[in-house]
Amino acid sequence: MKLVVENLSVVRGEDQIFSALSFDIKAGQALIIRGANGVGKSSLLRALAGLLVPASGEIRLDDRDAEFADVPLGELCHYLGNDNAMKGAMSVQENLHFWQNFAGQPHLDIDDALDMVGLDGLQTVPFSHLSTGQRRRIGIARLLVSYRPVWLLDEPVSGLDAQSEDQFSQLMKAHLEEDGIIVVATHVPLGLDQAVQLNMDEASQPPGQGNT
Amino acid sequence: MTTDAVKQPRGLMALANPTRFLAFVQIVLPYLSLTALALLAVGLWMAFSVPDDYQQGRTVRIMFVHVPSVWMAMSAYMVMVSGALGVLVWRHPLADVAARAAAPIGAAFTFLGLATGSIWGRPMWGTWWEWDARLTSFLVLLIIYLGLIALWHAIEEPAKSARMAAVVVLVGALNIPIIRFSVEWFTTLHQGPSVVRSGGPALAPEFLYPLLVMGLAFLLVFLTLHLMAMRNEILRRQIRTLQRKAARDHRTGNSK
Amino acid sequence: MWALLIRDLILAFRSGGGAVTALLFYLAVVVAMPFAVGPDTNLLATIGGATLWIGALLAGLLGLDRLFQADNEDGSLDQMMIAPIPLPAQVFLKCVTHWLTTGLPLTLIAPVFGLMLGMDSISIGASMATLFVGTPAISFIGAVGAAVTVSLPRGGLLLSVLVLPLCIPVLIFGVGAVRASVTEPDPFLPPFLLVTAISLFFSILGPFAAAQALRYGSD
Repeated sequence: MKLVVENLSVVRGEDQIFSALSFDIKAGQALIIRGANGVGKSSLLRALAGLLVPASGEIRLDDRDAEFADVPLGELCHYLGNDNAMKGAMSVQENLHFWQNFAGQPHLDIDDALDMVGLDGLQTVPFSHLSTGQRRRIGIARLLVSYRPVWLLDEPVSGLDAQSEDQFSQLMKAHLEEDGIIVVATHVPLGLDQAVQLNMDEASQPPGQGNT
Repeated sequence: MTTDAVKQPRGLMALANPTRFLAFVQIVLPYLSLTALALLAVGLWMAFSVPDDYQQGRTVRIMFVHVPSVWMAMSAYMVMVSGALGVLVWRHPLADVAARAAAPIGAAFTFLGLATGSIWGRPMWGTWWEWDARLTSFLVLLIIYLGLIALWHAIEEPAKSARMAAVVVLVGALNIPIIRFSVEWFTTLHQGPSVVRSGGPALAPEFLYPLLVMGLAFLLVFLTLHLMAMRNEILRRQIRTLQRKAARDHRTGNSK
Repeated sequence: MWALLIRDLILAFRSGGGAVTALLFYLAVVVAMPFAVGPDTNLLATIGGATLWIGALLAGLLGLDRLFQADNEDGSLDQMMIAPIPLPAQVFLKCVTHWLTTGLPLTLIAPVFGLMLGMDSISIGASMATLFVGTPAISFIGAVGAAVTVSLPRGGLLLSVLVLPLCIPVLIFGVGAVRASVTEPDPFLPPFLLVTAISLFFSILGPFAAAQALRYGSD
């Protein structure tokens, strides 16, 4: 499995965000996107997820496993954006249960996933009662309850303390060991020593407004 | 971060067509507007020199403004539909400009059609307003026009507002026959004071020719206004692009 | 796929959901009517079908602006767009949920209001029948308006302006069928079937157009 990006250009509104971006990532590899605010990190992730139609260029997944032969790329991706996609009026358990059903490909149990992010025991608590860091960790737990080979993460550790950051690094490493692919936009090191770095400051055009 | 890095191929391509279009408008507009005015003058003169209708008397002359307005009100929507298709299917940069520029003009002609219809209705039906099928469906059309204009204004980013409005234009286009049909059904159910309508296809030649001339004049007026509105819209967008570029250059200039 | 429907139903009845508010609004509109036209029972009974329909139309529009907005705000909409379920199908389900939480309760409570307005049993029955088949059209047409105004902070007003004219045929045939049920020579069935046809037509067109607009809005 190999995520290939060729000559990708993204335009948002009237602004050229970046152009002629090419890279590829093999299974078990992580790509860390770096760059100043508004340089297009989020746009790149959204384009990879298929949420944003690129102006030109190609994104594809080569050498797929047989079971994913004909699946569109977006359906093979977990996308963790700025928001956690959880409903405040529902409990943690209900939220995660919904996403597990909705996304299909169940992977970990909800209890196990919560244990992995250190929030076991909060199943019945409404999501709106959680702190920012806890909400983010529930957002991360969503990546675990359904299986997706490709993880697209936008500032995944924003609002997390050092301990949770370490925990999350372990989760990412585990995903890479299972031959997953991770593309992550971040400002912090995250302990992914083997990761390929992509510095968007060099690859991009001057940004328009700071729409990250 | 140089300034000319902003001019990527796509930006240039998006500009190329409108630029050529602006040059074209600059040449065509004087001739078109003069012809439109001349034809309008001839049409009005012809309209005022027709004999009084034996049934409607002098008021029949309202027809020469009313009917062409109604034609243009419908044509403007057709322009918006083709613009919407251009936006969604071919993504042509001028398509949205054309659709967007047609909306206020279409709304104006719809209003003119409604107003003249109402004025015509006063001597004919004895009331200013009759819930007649044509008037009612044009009232709905006017509201659709105004809603679309509001939508175009509400979404600031041109590319996004273009596509959103295009979806509504097309859904509206599919719905207009249903509205028309329902309104006709509605008015036959509530048969009011009988709607006397002379005309139809059997219009006497002395009425027909002025009407056709006026129709042509209105078409030219519409084209003139539409080209002018398109020109203004393109210029407005170019100003917007320049302003954004100025803000961007200022920001990057400060940060370095 | 049904998970989406169940979740939205749960949310509609929890705090912040609009299901009960729509019913209260319906009550308010219907109650306001006699104050506007006077307590003349005959007149109220005559315009009873119209009152029920206008109330249902306005109450149906009430919650529409939140149809996709809540999902857009918390990032769920992004997840919906990359999900294995086709987006038009998801929009369809969201419309069904909207109908189950507004159109259907409005239909079921209509007879109570009908009695208050002094309507006879035939026109109450006709009102219920037409509301039942006609209110889905409001949800499906409204979905298009909700999708194009999803990113606007005060989209609700614009949505109503866009959607109301498109709902006029539903109103005409809906009220027409109620009236035809009690006026002798007019048949009830044709306008009733026309309302049904409009609902079915928009149950297809609405979700596809709305899904397309949502995709355009995600850039």
